[in-house]
Amino acid sequence: MTIQEFDRRGFLKGLGVLIAGYSVNAELTAQTAAGPPYPVIAPAQVDSWVAIASDGSVTGLTGKCDFGQGFGLVQKQLVAEELGVPFDRVRMIICDTAFTPDQGVSSGSLGHPANFSRNSGLRQALATARETLVRMASEQLNVPVDDLTVDNGMVISTRDASKRISYGTLIGNQRFAATVSNRAIPRDPETYKVLGRSIPREDIPFKVDGTFEYVHHVRVPGMLHGRVVRPPSPDAKVVSVDEASVSRLPGNVRVVVKGDFVGVVADGQWQAIRAAETLKVNWSNVAPLPKFENIHEYVKAQPSRDNYIVRAADMDEKFASARRVITAAYKHPYQMHGSLGTSCAVADVRDGSATIWSATQGVYPQRDSVAVVLGIPANRIRVIHKEGSGCYGINGADTVSYDAALLSQAVGKPVRVQLSRKDENTGAENYGPAYVINLKAAIGDDGLISAWDYEGWTLSKGGRPNAANPGNIPTGALVGRPTPPVVPTATPTVAAAFNNNSNAASAYGTGCVGGACGGTGRIRSERVLVHTIQSPFFTGPLRSPNRLQNSFANESFMDEVASALGHDPLIFRRMHLSDPRMIDVMHEAAVAAKWESRPSPKRGNPRTGVVTGRGMAILLYEGDNGYSCVIAEVDVNQASGAIVVKKFYQSQDSGPVSNPDGLKNQMEGGTLQGMSRAMREEVRWDDFGVTSVDWRRYNAFRFGEFVPEFVNVLLDRKGETQMGAGEGTITIAAAAIANAVFDATGARLREVPFTPDRVLAALRARPA
Amino acid sequence: MAEIKLTVNGVAHTAAVDPEMPLLFYLMDDLKLNGPKFGCGLAQCGACTVMVNGEATRSCTYPCSEAAGKSVMTIEGLGTAEKPHPLQQMFIEEQAVQCGFCISGVMLHGKEFVDKNPRATRDEIIAGLNGVMCRCYAHARMVRALERYAEGLRT
Repeated sequence: MTIQEFDRRGFLKGLGVLIAGYSVNAELTAQTAAGPPYPVIAPAQVDSWVAIASDGSVTGLTGKCDFGQGFGLVQKQLVAEELGVPFDRVRMIICDTAFTPDQGVSSGSLGHPANFSRNSGLRQALATARETLVRMASEQLNVPVDDLTVDNGMVISTRDASKRISYGTLIGNQRFAATVSNRAIPRDPETYKVLGRSIPREDIPFKVDGTFEYVHHVRVPGMLHGRVVRPPSPDAKVVSVDEASVSRLPGNVRVVVKGDFVGVVADGQWQAIRAAETLKVNWSNVAPLPKFENIHEYVKAQPSRDNYIVRAADMDEKFASARRVITAAYKHPYQMHGSLGTSCAVADVRDGSATIWSATQGVYPQRDSVAVVLGIPANRIRVIHKEGSGCYGINGADTVSYDAALLSQAVGKPVRVQLSRKDENTGAENYGPAYVINLKAAIGDDGLISAWDYEGWTLSKGGRPNAANPGNIPTGALVGRPTPPVVPTATPTVAAAFNNNSNAASAYGTGCVGGACGGTGRIRSERVLVHTIQSPFFTGPLRSPNRLQNSFANESFMDEVASALGHDPLIFRRMHLSDPRMIDVMHEAAVAAKWESRPSPKRGNPRTGVVTGRGMAILLYEGDNGYSCVIAEVDVNQASGAIVVKKFYQSQDSGPVSNPDGLKNQMEGGTLQGMSRAMREEVRWDDFGVTSVDWRRYNAFRFGEFVPEFVNVLLDRKGETQMGAGEGTITIAAAAIANAVFDATGARLREVPFTPDRVLAALRARPA
Repeated sequence: MAEIKLTVNGVAHTAAVDPEMPLLFYLMDDLKLNGPKFGCGLAQCGACTVMVNGEATRSCTYPCSEAAGKSVMTIEGLGTAEKPHPLQQMFIEEQAVQCGFCISGVMLHGKEFVDKNPRATRDEIIAGLNGVMCRCYAHARMVRALERYAEGLRT
């Protein structure tokens, strides 16, 4: 059976009987087929993760979804690997609240830590399942457990290969009825046969032949089409809705109003679009937004919620005794996920229960929060993940799922909603927030950095939805659910514990708080203070949230200090690092790039015309979740201010590599998206609303301009625990490019995006 | 409503539609084709691309009335997962996809350009895709797939 058939069946059967012929245990299948209330999928039970049919086919169940990165594939490799069954005998059911365990949100490069690392969900359940099968076989074959091995879906005696029994015979169609054991021993990555191989993605043939079903193609019988009419300004309220304005339109148009949520439903998609465009809604006047041009001054002037990541006691002393103090300020704009396909969901809310097909990153958080929005108990709601257009974080997937659910509930029929481009860009997203970051380094008598001082300001509003806070996303707020405000605090005096999840602390500090040290570097005197203020726009995780903005600043600043002191950027970094894996990942990329050891800027480059340069940046993502290095080679046209990145060399160490080609695909896409964000992307607005309404006004990188080439280096460390890998290179692309531009020209870019105007201004600001 | 006769992937159809409706919605909702997709509705990204009488066309802004009497091909018309077109084969071999939502624009604009310019260089292929978007940024692999497709045309 092909993936495509599986997919279609999965969705069709979602309406009633489910996944016939699949080896999910019969009891659970029957319960789900009977409809709500749905059973609880207990993560402590092996049966929640794996099922074996009598023909020996295996179904793996997981709550970490695939958004087009191939994470479904590597989880399937894991199932085959841990159980010792042929890869093509495994099927996966991914992110469906009726079948898969609650693994929260699939984000933050946490897929591998959650399901592949030591004592993690799926891997540990599979190890328990394998040991259970071996024990069962031991009894049946009358062979001691220690003399048994597994291969090809069978338990086999190592002394007499004729003594063997298949998994299908042992447990086919029955429950394991076992608890996941922390004592079960997963396979040693050194012995992996299925993981560690570049098995091709199984979805790609169906994506390129056009038959793959995205959430956009869920077609439920009797389904209607909806659109939402969103407020023109973030805080505008509905004054009145003129339903008569659409009464003559074709397609049985219905208007739905709930608080400030205004939607239309029609028979056809085009009819719903016309109705949404035509419907007259009066919105309240609102106070003007903070000025786009002054956002970075604005953010520093507001009352803030403050938090120290680390605060050494001797900061003032170090700066007072410094041989030299170097400072710089960096700015980052608001950016959007800007999924290529606008967000879409289908919901069927009837008779006090609901089924929602959604491209959400968290089927359970969506189920629990939509329960509040709809007033339906969570156990009567089923959320089924269907792949959407790549999301890159919390794009409009959750908001559009609320839209579809609210409209379906109002009309009592299944409703599909796909947003307009303008709605996607201006009203449905939780943007990545703007930042201002001031950095200051004290240089000691030994010529090294003796103290590192970070002070950052950012903005926040809402975030991921959960049962307590459906108002964290735009549609939740439209139906009157509160969005918890940022509550200003007095600045604390100490850090609670070192947690570098946001990479606000640089790679070069010891990260010591209360005697425990979590950093990768040697600088003992560190202060990292983050101020958060209320954002005028919804914000939330956009690929490498906060880490990307912080790493742009930290990794640019390290380059500035190296240059100011006349050091090669790699050598100067190494002098401040203590973590050998960080040093290795940097060296591997440098070897690939044939890194020439010398200070930046490059001597002898003329101050006119096109010049070339190279720059690097490094990262331990989230402070503990994957090492990366990116080196960029750029051309800078000093007349036009245009930057062309010619080539990226990049390395990654995330422990054992699950699928080398899949990892390279993620690294390449991440870096190029990082380049687009560094050079092009910026949400803009006027007094009353966001003006980046389409791809002309949100100027993301696209085909037509030069596409850099990639050299990827994978450090496959089978003895280490599995870390995240998808977000590393995107995080440091901006600093690598800015550092390369500096190397080429001596001009320093401290504000994203690096538009030609900003490049020209930086060129003009060079010392004569 | 109007009755519009057109051919889609070699099959004759009579569409009973609002003639102003973009062709995309007829393909997607009436014919239940998944290949052309709604990305922006503004002909800015390429996700909805189809070939109309052999020319890459953005179906999200192309009214059904314009399609009357014409021959439309979506990526479903190229080949299947079992029997892929050489272009699809190259995208599979290069694993030149992440989410894949953009693929109609990349493949059909790419095919149109490379079929006319089989000797195109890497830079020319990139320029030939001008205006097409992929937000997962699988660009490098996509360009390689198109370069290899061009190579196949030359031999």
